[in-house]
This record gives sequence, C-alpha cells and structure tokens, in this order.
Amino acid sequence: MSQYYTPSDHFALLPALLLALFGCSILLLDFFALPQPRQKRWLILFAMLGETFAGVALYRQYRFLEDQSLPSLRAFSDSLVIDGFSIFFNAMFVAAAALMAVISYRYLEVEGEHHGEFYGLVLMAQCGMFFLASGTELVTLFIGLELMAVTFYVLVGFLRSDRRSNEAAMKYLLLGAFSSGFLAYGFSLLYALSGSTRLTRIAADLSQRPASDPLLLLALVTTSVGLLFKVGAAPFHMWAPDAYEGAPTPVTAYLSVASKAASVALLVRLLMGTLDSHRVSWEPLLSVAVVLSLTIGNLSALSQTNLKRLLAFSSISHAGYVLLGLIAGNRTGLMGISVYLLTYTFMNTGAFLVLIALRQKGMPGDDIDELSGLFHRSPVHALLMALFLLSLAGIPPTAGFIAKYYIFLSLVETGHYALAIAAALYVAVSIYYYFRIVRTMFLGEPGQLLPAIPGWGARLGFLITAAATLAIGLYPEPIVQFAGTSLLR
Amino acid sequence: MSPLSLALWTPAACLLVLLALPAAQKAAIKIWANVSALLGLAALLPLLLRFDKSNGGFQFVERAEWIPSLGIQYYVGVDGISLLLMALTAVTGVVATLCSWDAVNERVKQYYAMLLLLQTGMLGVFASLDFILFYVFWELVLVPMYFLIGVWGGPRRLYAAIKFFLYTLAGSVLMLLGILTLYFQHWTQFGTPTFEIDALLRLSMPFWMQQWVFWSLFIGFAIKVPMFPFHTWLPDAHTEAPTAGSVILAAVLLKMGTYGFLRFSLPLLPQASVDRTIVQVLVALSIVAILYGALVCLMQQDWKRLVAYSSVSHLGFCTLGIFSLNPNGIAGSVIQQLNHGISTGMLFLIVGVAYERRHTREISEYSGLAHRMPLFATVFAFAMLSSAGLPLLNGFVGEFTILQGAFEANPVWAGLAVPGVVLGAAYLLWLYQRTMFGEITNAKNALLPDLSGRELAVFAPLIVWALWIGLYPKPYFEMIERPVAKIVERVRPGYFQERQPVPILASSPITSQSGGSR
Repeated sequence: MSQYYTPSDHFALLPALLLALFGCSILLLDFFALPQPRQKRWLILFAMLGETFAGVALYRQYRFLEDQSLPSLRAFSDSLVIDGFSIFFNAMFVAAAALMAVISYRYLEVEGEHHGEFYGLVLMAQCGMFFLASGTELVTLFIGLELMAVTFYVLVGFLRSDRRSNEAAMKYLLLGAFSSGFLAYGFSLLYALSGSTRLTRIAADLSQRPASDPLLLLALVTTSVGLLFKVGAAPFHMWAPDAYEGAPTPVTAYLSVASKAASVALLVRLLMGTLDSHRVSWEPLLSVAVVLSLTIGNLSALSQTNLKRLLAFSSISHAGYVLLGLIAGNRTGLMGISVYLLTYTFMNTGAFLVLIALRQKGMPGDDIDELSGLFHRSPVHALLMALFLLSLAGIPPTAGFIAKYYIFLSLVETGHYALAIAAALYVAVSIYYYFRIVRTMFLGEPGQLLPAIPGWGARLGFLITAAATLAIGLYPEPIVQFAGTSLLR
Repeated sequence: MSPLSLALWTPAACLLVLLALPAAQKAAIKIWANVSALLGLAALLPLLLRFDKSNGGFQFVERAEWIPSLGIQYYVGVDGISLLLMALTAVTGVVATLCSWDAVNERVKQYYAMLLLLQTGMLGVFASLDFILFYVFWELVLVPMYFLIGVWGGPRRLYAAIKFFLYTLAGSVLMLLGILTLYFQHWTQFGTPTFEIDALLRLSMPFWMQQWVFWSLFIGFAIKVPMFPFHTWLPDAHTEAPTAGSVILAAVLLKMGTYGFLRFSLPLLPQASVDRTIVQVLVALSIVAILYGALVCLMQQDWKRLVAYSSVSHLGFCTLGIFSLNPNGIAGSVIQQLNHGISTGMLFLIVGVAYERRHTREISEYSGLAHRMPLFATVFAFAMLSSAGLPLLNGFVGEFTILQGAFEANPVWAGLAVPGVVLGAAYLLWLYQRTMFGEITNAKNALLPDLSGRELAVFAPLIVWALWIGLYPKPYFEMIERPVAKIVERVRPGYFQERQPVPILASSPITSQSGGSR
C-alpha cells in the first residue's frame, strides 16, 4: 500500500487506456477534423486502429503472463487483475466491437443517423467491459458497469427520430438504473460484511461466515439480481425484447453479445471466485433463474413474428445455457461459458448482420414474413442465415454444437442430470422457432424484399462471422487450446 | 486414404461437382446426379469384394486426430453389419436418384444436392467408430431430409418436415447426454478423453448408470426406428415426403436406429441390455408395434400411409429380433433390416409411380389397374409378396429367423408376434386386391400408361436383390455371423460355451438352418 502507482499498473490498464483515448479522440475528431457526413467513414478506420492497439496490448499481456509463467498480474493495489480469464474475455470484446464498427456503417447511412460519436461510444462501452472482466474491486467494478450501461442507454436510443428507438432507450434506462441500484446495494452489503472492497479480502472474510447469515444472503441475492438483469436472464429479462427490438440493429447485436458476456464475466468472478464458499446459497437461486430463462426464452420465442424480438427471446435462453456452466462450476463449466460466449459472439452477430445487410430505406426488414423466399432473391444471405441459425440451435458441425457440448458435458460431470435433460430438450424447442425462419426463407413465396446492396462492411463482417462459426465447429482445436490454457492456468 | 474413406466421401465429392454446375442445366444435373449415385455404389465394391468374412472385428479401419483435446477422432471402419447397411444405402441412393428423374422438375439442383448430402450423412453414420463422429453424421442427416420433405413434399409437407426434425432432434440431444456420460466415465476411470467405441467397451459402470445411459440412448434410437409409442412422426413424414425421400427414409434412415442398438446400446451397456425389465419393456413395445402397425394398416384409406404404417410393424420385428439377444434373433434382425429396405423401398416406389400418374393416394380412387398396367401389377405383386414374407423371397428369411430367435428366447414372444405376419399378409393382399383387381371403375384410370423403361430400371436392382436374399441368403448370414456372435458374446458371456458345438463359420447353426432349408 506504500506505493500507489507502479509501472506494471500502467501495463495492466493499457487496453482500457487505449480504448478511452481512442474513444475520446473520435468524439473530438468528429467535431473538429471530420465534420462532413462523407468523412465519417474515416472514423471507422480510426476506431479499428484503436481496436488493433487494444488487441496488441492484450496480446502483450498474454505473452507477459506466458513468459513469466505467472497465473495473474495484480495492479492498483489489487483493484485490477490481468489473468487468462480477463484476457480471453477482453479479446472477445475486441472481436465484438470490431465487428460492430464494421457492420454499422451502412446501417447508419440507411437510417440517416450517421454521427461520429457512435464509434466513440462503442469504444467507451468496451472500456467499461474491460473493467467488468478485469476488476477485482467493488467500486472499480461498479464504475465499469455504469460506464458500459450508460453508453448503451445512448446507443440504444441512437435513432433520434425513431420512436421505437427512443422508447427502447427509455425502458432500458429505467429498468437498468433500477438494477444498478440493486447491484450497488449488494456491493454495499458486501462491504459492510467484510469491511473491504477488494474481492480477495471479501472472499477471505465471507468464507468464515455461516451460510445462514441473513445479511450475507441479502447481499448475494441483490448482487445476483443486479447482474442477472444485465445478463438478460429471466425473470429479470423484461427489458430485453423491447430494447432489442427498438435499438439500431448493430447495437442490438453488440448489446446481446458483448454486454451479456461482460456481465457474465463479472458474475463468474463473483460467484465462482469470491462467493464460491457459499455455493449452497446461490446455486438454487441460479438454477431457478436458468430454468426460467430457458423456459421463458424458448417458449416466448415460439410465437414471435418480429425477428429482432425472436432473437431477443432466444438470447434470453442462451443466457440460460451460459449460466448452466456456472451451476456446474467445474473446469469444463468454465470452458463452456467462455467457448459459448465466444461462439455466440460470432453466430449471433452474424444473424443480426443478415438483417442489417438486407435493410433498405423504408423497409424495416424485421418481420419474419419479410424474409419470405429470401433464398430466391439472394441465396447467399439465406444460406448464411441458415448457418447462423443452425449454429444458434447447436447442430453439428457448427460452432454452436461445441459450445453446447461443453455445457452438457459439465452438467453430466457434476451430476446435474435433471438440468441437463431440461436443457437438452429445450434445444429441440429452439429448433422449432429457428426453423420457422429457415422455412420462411427457403420455402416461402418470394415477397417484396429488395435484393441486398452489397457493401464492403457487410462482406467483411460475413466473412469473419461465417468463417468463425464454421471453423470453430469443424476444427475447434485452436480455440479449445487457447481457452483451456488461458482459463485453467 | 483407405477404401472406406473413399466410399464415404465419394458422394460429398460428387456434391461439390454438382454445385459447380449451372442450375439451369437441368438435364446435365440429373445425369450427373445419377452418375454420382452409381459412383457411390462403385466406390463400395472394393469393400464388398475385399471384405474378410472370417474376421469379426472392424475392417478398413482408418483413424486420424480431429479434436485431440476433446478426444474426438475421425475413426471409421466396418464390420459385416455396417457394410451391409452401407451397401443398402448406396443401392437406395441409386434407386432414389433414378426414380426422381420425372418426378422432380423444380429446384432440381438443390434437390440432388440434398440427396447427395443425405447420402454422405447416412454412410457416415454406418462407418463411424467414434461416438461424436457418429453423432455429427447422425445430425447431418436431419437437415437435408427436412428440406426434401419441406420443399418437394406433399400438401402437408411443412408440418411433416418440422415434426420429423423436432422428434429426431429431441431424441438425439438426449442421446448426446448418454454419450457424454460414457465419455466422462471413461475419463474418470482411465484418465484419457475418448469417444472411440472400442475404448468405451472397457468401461465398468454401476448398474444404475448403465440403465440411465441405456434409456438416454434408447430415446434417440427408438425415435429413429421408430418404436411404438415414438412412431407418430413417421406416418406424416413418410406420407408427405417425395417418393425418393420416402424410399430413403424407409430403407435407410430407420435402420440408423436399429443399427444404433446393435452397435452401441448392446455392446456398450451389456448389463442393462440383458436386464429383465428393460428387455421385457422393449420386447413388449416391439410386439405392440408389430400388431398395432399391422392393424392400423388395415384401416388406412391412403395408399402411402398404409405403406408407412407397415414400416412400424416390420421394424417391430427388427427390434424384437435384437432383444431376443441370441444369434438367430440378431442375425434375423439385420437381414430383416435389409429386407425392409428392399421391400418397403419398392412399395414406396410403387405408390410413387401411381401418384405420378394420378396425383392421388386414395386407395378408393384406384381399381383394376392390372388391366391397364400389367407390368406394374407384376412388380407390385412381387414387392407385396416380398414384404409379406412369402417363402423364397427375402422377407421370409428375415422374419423366419427372427421368430426362431424369439422362440428360443421366449415362446410366448414368438406366439404373440406371429399374428403380425398374418396381418401383414392380410393388409398387403387386401391393398393389392383393392387397387389392382376388379373392373376399372374410375374413368381416369382407363388410360394410364404402364411402367416405362426407366421405371423398370428403378425396380430391377431391388427385385434382383430380393430374389437373391430369398433364394440364397447364405453369403449374407456369413457376413454378419462373426459380428453378431461378438455382440451376443458381449451381452451374454458364455452363451456359445453352453451350446456346443461352438459355431464355426461352416457349421454354424444360423447358416445351416436358414441357408440349408431351401
């Protein structure tokens, strides 16, 4: 505690610093250097540059841990930790944000809302996520979470003239603020119980307490509720369908992928790390949330006619699958969570990207029926969508299968047979609504849909998402190795 | 690359070529699809010729790492059982491709692409010796079948397609849980991750866990077979599918379920497989399927639905044979699986021929067709008799051997199953009488053309095969004798010691009885 700042702190913080730097610079550049609408595209390149720098910084951290064979690097007197877990998640956020920047360009052009701050906000949100994945101190974590959340409130309402977008942002803001309150309350209780805001100290202190301590239970419940809200797990999912539907589609993709992953990262760190000694208390709670998420997500998705709403409900059920890995709570479960979130990043972004690529002026393109006969008009988009949907459902040989494989295996290993059977059967349910889309695209009569205008952003996005979805499914070895070595060090 | 891998990937390679052809060139696509099917069959010939009957193990084995950290391999090989089913798949492929020439004129390229993809999946299921590889191929089959039914099927095709998909998928994800349990057991007992079947054979699991895994695999396989009461997807899927789809469904896809029992359930879970309760439940379900399927057939007004339900009944025989758990029962079951593929394949083709001409499947719409279409009537008679199990034709050999096995296991079972044979003859003969005999009462039937040369060519291989199995089944029994003996020895250790003499190839009770009786 004698020294407040060391060079290694700077090294640990580097990715977040870079993201914040580039994020703020974009806001300034947008205002001063590139005020013309046509110049906004350069901001994408600038954002990508920021992502590249952040990626390199992460890689340096990874190499550093490898070379020194250190399990982790703690910084700022134990407020931040750089370990395999944080590097894996941050790498995932880099991928998600880069994809987001690539696919947004044409969408914003079509909507006539192409403003430079969009890209700045994307980087700022990612900066918040960095702290969620790496923070080990309550205040740091809370600030990270709020940074992410507040940016998302703005991003969700980015279509200023669109009433649905505004409505979505308002709902998300109100419920989000409410859940942040819960989380802050939970954090304050944790602090009250242990007298420290450092997770390591809290863990040491709480493991001494009896499981029946009412204050501890209250802290557990409020913290979990706050985070389950951010994850979009039932019964705290109410905001998700509206926010997903109203938000600009790239933001929906980013929200469903990166924001969820960041919140899961924090949940994992808290529950499997700090509160692991009180597993008996939180496991039933989480099991209820999982079963509800699977049930509500899958069953509600069955009757949706709006594609974005359908994907919103499906994302609730995916949250359920991810949390199953937390219930299993062993190494396979942890692998499952990470691999699941990584594959979900690609396949879900891919599915939204199809919607973005098809978007035309005045054509919402969100209704399932509007995709009718898509295969006849643009077979490539239909095939790509089918690939992503198969992967979301977890059919081999796509990436989604590998993800579900880990989750199921972890449940079998830990003897959660009933949950495993329920989760397996919901795969069959999910196939029904995913294949409703496939059926409409391939078997429906060709509708009014205009052929998509190909853009370089969409092409690049498709290339990355489809290649990743197929490659992880066909040859997951490198990903499995990477996740295995970095997480289970 | 081993000849097995070559045979396995030939349809996939042909698929790539097909995709390169322009969609407008329908004739070229059709020709290439037929050539591909023949190539697929030709690629199997080296395997059939070089197959060593005296070797009970897996042959033409090829192994490569796929996902080492999960213990998943590309590991393929065949024994007599799987090779016969692969041969059935290839022949069915040829027949199904050729029979679609006139029937399918829309989205031709996609249609044949789906057929070839399906072919790859089915061959892979029979060739895989790694459980996850098996699972991947098993799931791979679903998607093309969904599209075959959904795009080119009958009026209720969308409903039938998704029902088929949902049922099978629900079964297979539960099966996946069973597979993962086996894998985890191997991991804890031996410390190595593997899905390889030979390695999983070494497991010793507590009985309750064997039961657990047995039921989870059972769900997957039983839905595919389909066993009563999981059969309700079958009438819809078979009826709505295009002719080629029905033929492949009946001839090959259903066999994936029975094959699963033989390859996985019995050898991997020997204690659970001979457990009294489990055997009784499965035999009871089989007998119910035999009788119920046959009775429902008697009620059908729809020609194709009748043939579909007859599959339920016939597959009941197959599962009855398997769970008799003796060489006759299991060998009979394998032969019957082939027979069902041949006979029911023909019956679906027959319906297809009639449907292409009249566009209705109502039995009451037809009568007296024999006057207008003598060739057709002859082929139909042959198919019907082969399906009904007339001696000297293939159906008899299978059913007889199964009943022999069932009798040996428990005479009551055989006694209960025999009425199924009688009912089978009844509904088929009655169907024949209603459609072929009598006067032509419907004017639309008065001018129907008889079978064309192409249609005859479709039936020819199946007719020849049916006759071959019916007249001289010995090579088939020889091919599967060793693998079957291995399965029996596995589930009932010491079975062959108790019954002297030990069956050796030439003097085996199976080959001498069923081969010599005619």
